[in-house]
Amino acid sequence: MLRFIIPIGLFAALVGFLFIGLGRDKQTLPSPLIGKPAPIFELPRVDDPTQKFSNRELAGRPYVVNIWGSWCVACREEHEALMQIARRGEVPLVGLNWKDELPLAQRWLQALGNPYVVSGFDPEGNVGIDWGAYGAPETFLVDAQGIIVYKYVSPMTLDVWQREFLPRIEQSGAKGE
Amino acid sequence: MKALFAIFAAVLWAQLALAIDTAPAFADPAQQARYERVIRELRCLQCRSETIADSNATLAADLRRQTREMMAAGKSDQEIFQHMVDRYGDYVLYKPPVTPRTWLLWGAPILLLVGGGAIAAFVIARKSHLPDTDPADPGLGAS
Repeated sequence: MLRFIIPIGLFAALVGFLFIGLGRDKQTLPSPLIGKPAPIFELPRVDDPTQKFSNRELAGRPYVVNIWGSWCVACREEHEALMQIARRGEVPLVGLNWKDELPLAQRWLQALGNPYVVSGFDPEGNVGIDWGAYGAPETFLVDAQGIIVYKYVSPMTLDVWQREFLPRIEQSGAKGE
Repeated sequence: MKALFAIFAAVLWAQLALAIDTAPAFADPAQQARYERVIRELRCLQCRSETIADSNATLAADLRRQTREMMAAGKSDQEIFQHMVDRYGDYVLYKPPVTPRTWLLWGAPILLLVGGGAIAAFVIARKSHLPDTDPADPGLGAS
């Protein structure tokens, strides 16, 4: 009897592990930055590189940082959703233009519309690395205390915005007041 | 056959031609060796199964550049690894630290060895009690 139970039991356990593995998202890495202060950056603006922008200017209110690049196909995919989120106007969207070329980035915003209050230009990618970026698009929510409360890796959708971002923004606003 | 070898050799050479950084990063061989050791312990987050030494993804190139800059600035290996872990978590390390979350990972070889050893001992002990001739296996005497 035992000689049947043991192999079948082992097989069932293996199937169980594999089945759990099927349903798990192995692409999204947990960010060690969640719950930590957002890294401060100062970068030339995409619309006017003679001017600098720092996210220090947004301290005291929640904002979203979206990492994008004109080379990034998935950013093209999420662009319409970002435009709609910008129109809703709950929080300002800050763009981090990662590993891009200035004329291409400018043309992108002109052709597709600009959902960002401002985009920082990060051609060398050091600011992106400070934010733990490993592939665009990535979208971070920073609360009024300057803490990263959420990170979403994938093209943004209105559904994700309503499900994941809005409740956290409301929470952050309640704490900030 | 000779043609096949030629193709094989050509493919190998093509692989070499794809080597990541053609020029050494440091003039000092000791520094260069240290650099190569460090970048072999860091994971490329874009390609996951490669070190940043092996990957030609743009992120890997940027992380190699940061590693070079930190080494040139006199940072220790520990400081470089910490810089990467602060941004990307323990996953960036090819040798993750021993923490409660990784006990199973580090303990797995010992567990498998002990478990396999126990099963082997059990089977051997049981078989040694059986009679040498097995009436159910007529082929045994013939072999």
